[in-house]
Amino acid sequence: MNQKPDHFPEGENFYASLRTRYRVAAIWQTLFFSALLIAIVALTALLYNVMDGAFGYVAFDYKKDPAAFTSIPMNELTKEDLLVILKENLSPGAYNKLDNERKMETRAEGELYTLFLERLVQIDTKATWSMTDSLFRSAEIRAEAAEKYPGAQLEFRSWLTPQFLTTPMSSKAEFAGVRTAVLGSLWLVGIAILFAMPVGVGAAIYLHEYAPKNWLTSIIQTNITNLAGVPSIVYGMLGLAVFVRGMEALTSGAAFGVTDSNGRTVLSAGLTMGILVLPLIIINAQEAVRAVPDSLRQAAYGVGATRLQTVWHHVLPNALPGILTGSILAVSRALGETAPLIVVGASTFISLDPASPFSKFTALPIQIYQWTTRPQSEFHAIAASAIIVLLALLLTLNAAAILLRNRFQRKW
Amino acid sequence: MLFIMKRSFDLSKKPRPGESLIEALLFAAGVLSVFVTVAIVFELGKEAMLFFADPDMTWVKFFTMTKWQPGIGQYGIWALVSATMTTSVIAILIALPLGLASAVYLSEYASHRARSILKPVLEILAGIPTVVYGYFALLFVTPILKNIFKDGIQVYNMLSAGLVMGIMILPLIASMSEDALNAVPRSLREGAYAMGATKLETSLQIVLPAALSGIGAAVIVGISRAVGETMIVAVAAGAGPNFSFNPLDAAETMTGHIARISGGDLSYNTIDYTSLFAIALMLFLVTLTLNLVSQWIVNRFRERYE
Amino acid sequence: MEINYAIETNDLSIHYGNFTAVKDVSIKIERQKITAIIGPSGCGKSTLLRAFNRMNDFVPNSRVTGEVLLHGNNLYGRNVDPVEARRRIGMVFQKPNPFPKSIYENIAWGARINGFKGSMDELVEESLRGAALWDEVKDNLKESAYALSGGQQQRLCIARTIAIQPEIILMDEPASALDPISTLRIEELMQELKKNYSIIIVTHNMQQAARASDFTAMMMIDDNRSGGVIEFGETRTLFTRPTDKRTEDYVTGRFG
Repeated sequence: MNQKPDHFPEGENFYASLRTRYRVAAIWQTLFFSALLIAIVALTALLYNVMDGAFGYVAFDYKKDPAAFTSIPMNELTKEDLLVILKENLSPGAYNKLDNERKMETRAEGELYTLFLERLVQIDTKATWSMTDSLFRSAEIRAEAAEKYPGAQLEFRSWLTPQFLTTPMSSKAEFAGVRTAVLGSLWLVGIAILFAMPVGVGAAIYLHEYAPKNWLTSIIQTNITNLAGVPSIVYGMLGLAVFVRGMEALTSGAAFGVTDSNGRTVLSAGLTMGILVLPLIIINAQEAVRAVPDSLRQAAYGVGATRLQTVWHHVLPNALPGILTGSILAVSRALGETAPLIVVGASTFISLDPASPFSKFTALPIQIYQWTTRPQSEFHAIAASAIIVLLALLLTLNAAAILLRNRFQRKW
Repeated sequence: MLFIMKRSFDLSKKPRPGESLIEALLFAAGVLSVFVTVAIVFELGKEAMLFFADPDMTWVKFFTMTKWQPGIGQYGIWALVSATMTTSVIAILIALPLGLASAVYLSEYASHRARSILKPVLEILAGIPTVVYGYFALLFVTPILKNIFKDGIQVYNMLSAGLVMGIMILPLIASMSEDALNAVPRSLREGAYAMGATKLETSLQIVLPAALSGIGAAVIVGISRAVGETMIVAVAAGAGPNFSFNPLDAAETMTGHIARISGGDLSYNTIDYTSLFAIALMLFLVTLTLNLVSQWIVNRFRERYE
Repeated sequence: MEINYAIETNDLSIHYGNFTAVKDVSIKIERQKITAIIGPSGCGKSTLLRAFNRMNDFVPNSRVTGEVLLHGNNLYGRNVDPVEARRRIGMVFQKPNPFPKSIYENIAWGARINGFKGSMDELVEESLRGAALWDEVKDNLKESAYALSGGQQQRLCIARTIAIQPEIILMDEPASALDPISTLRIEELMQELKKNYSIIIVTHNMQQAARASDFTAMMMIDDNRSGGVIEFGETRTLFTRPTDKRTEDYVTGRFG
């Protein structure tokens, strides 16, 4: 063969071109890494943005002067003082309603103080500032508040407080809490998992242990993969048509003697959510069941076990950690889903704890959505606080899943 | 201890009613998922048919009008589709380059240690509820855009929603693309290195083209996710159909429209009600098609190397 | 006459973590000859071969001690660029691994990244002729390389290697995945190629080594499972009058 080495760069020429190639390579590698850097920055910005919104200065005013109700300075009011003030100044109807809900005397001092602020002096938030601004521009904020809102008080506030977790919904951001929403979410997720887990695990076991290799099985399998990709709002529409409307008699509880409800109940929403997470649970459970080695099944068959005994005594116990991990992940998905709940009709304003499957309900992500879309900044602050609660719940669930996986991880 | 069986034994099949019952139940569980699909098609189809059968609704209006308000005889679906397309395109324009670059870095460059730090970041991003992304879009990204475009941009705008949707889809595209890159056999990389290729030349010119179909599948699933995403657009893109492809405008996507209308007081048997099902059916069919195409690509791609 | 060696190794050892896979190899490989490396599986043949163009760099925790000399320069020296080294020392792998590109592009790619300036069409034709593939593919150069048979794919891989005009071609059991006819064609091709290139071939097939090679290195593992060259010399001598008892057992099939 006729070699033509002169067509390839040699010696110094080769090194020069190699240096260029390395330079280009370094630039691209930096670009590749920047993509991940952008992802990290985005995640940091998102978390920071949420924290930033949940804490900060608040300028507020009282619609009525506290001095009109009592001569005692507000921070020195005792429980007894508050009881007297409330009794004297609330209309008898309003007082009795509160008293009927729960005896006023049995309420904590903090709760009475909140009532005092909410019902009598009527706190009025003028403006809120982000945490960053509050920390680094406090002097300017003071000046701005003094100029724009004369007479208003300025206070550094954490919107996320223990009360925020335990108080029900309120139309005033300052007094709103996520109690109803958290309980609604728990009901919802509970119903969803009660429905989806047995069905999902059953389907996974059927597909892996029983199903013959035929067209039906492959349709089921393809179908499950595709259901996992259906937009969640479509599940919402399905729930609206089937559970809320089609099965109203059951889901409203009318068939069980409940009369004051329509189909837009926590049961309808829970079932909708159950259908939504079903493919996830099946896919995860299939993986867990698949991970159980065949040798174990053969051993069981070898000592004369039936198929059911093999599955029940050997496959299922060994697949259980994997199934549970998958189900926890499905729960965290259900916890964060919002769109289907809007469609099946989560109530946006509800202050009663859900008490039965036939209760009207709200949920944590619904509250976040509602509060985020309100124009007033104090609602954004409680939306941020609610997001922190939601993320904390999700973090706990995921940590539990990881722990479970590590604890029971087996090397076959 | 040894004992000898003297008894003759019977090997014929014995009925096990318990076993058969359980097997039937398990089968029912397996088939239920198919019923879900059937129910989606049937229930959505039933109401959607009512909408399409409305004498006032014609296909000409459906495809040529630019306003959507079925209650007063405006049936221009483009008013919603334009926003869905605009936000999805923005999202893919963000998610594809970033997701692909992340995937290349993770699969070709990252050390074991770097991977163990970077991968969870993407997993956390993927696990954040979309309503939280909505908050982020409206209260973080939009103010920044407002600073850049001043009065040129509306408070609710498709750009902000699209950008944040891109961040949301990034982990999906990254992880699917990474799978595709990892499926490229090592022998191809070695072949390239043995020719005196640098890592970059190997990654970009050999590995990436070899994984192209898998990456295509990832993009298609990404589009499907963007088209079906609701909360980000419901919060940040705008409330009210608006035929516009301008990212700086407020406009309502198909999903955002369903969320807003169904969230209000909606009475059954109205055209507003049935029209939502028509939109949902279209969403379902579009995303189903995209997902099927993506799976088909992935399966074909697998066969090639195995 | 001074023999100019293609590759010389001095006390070359290759380690994976704490494990020494290949230990203290010192051989001199002659130019424009075919040198075979033989030995039982797991004795480190491929590992040794991969040390000659720094392919072991990609194995995590791998480490090389000793020297591999190319024109008197240590391949593992501080200033040596592995990319440059691989461009000078081509490699053909056990399983054909053409790139998922057209036949033409498979050959053009390596030349292009290495800065080839001449006529690409000529280079492609020359390389394919050099690999005895031209006549079979000249009419469908734009077709995917995957459309070729296994034997053709392997010759394509040889063609793309000679397209970048290396000095040495390493072959890692190049015929093990091929049928006997394709194997024969590869062996014939090797005899052609050695006019221009030095060839080092790993093979588990002793007949192939005896048939096709000029020199043979016999490898065997020691008690620590580290591989080493126990005998090295002209193929004829090694197969007919081995000096080492273990070589004799192996080449006569009495091994193990």
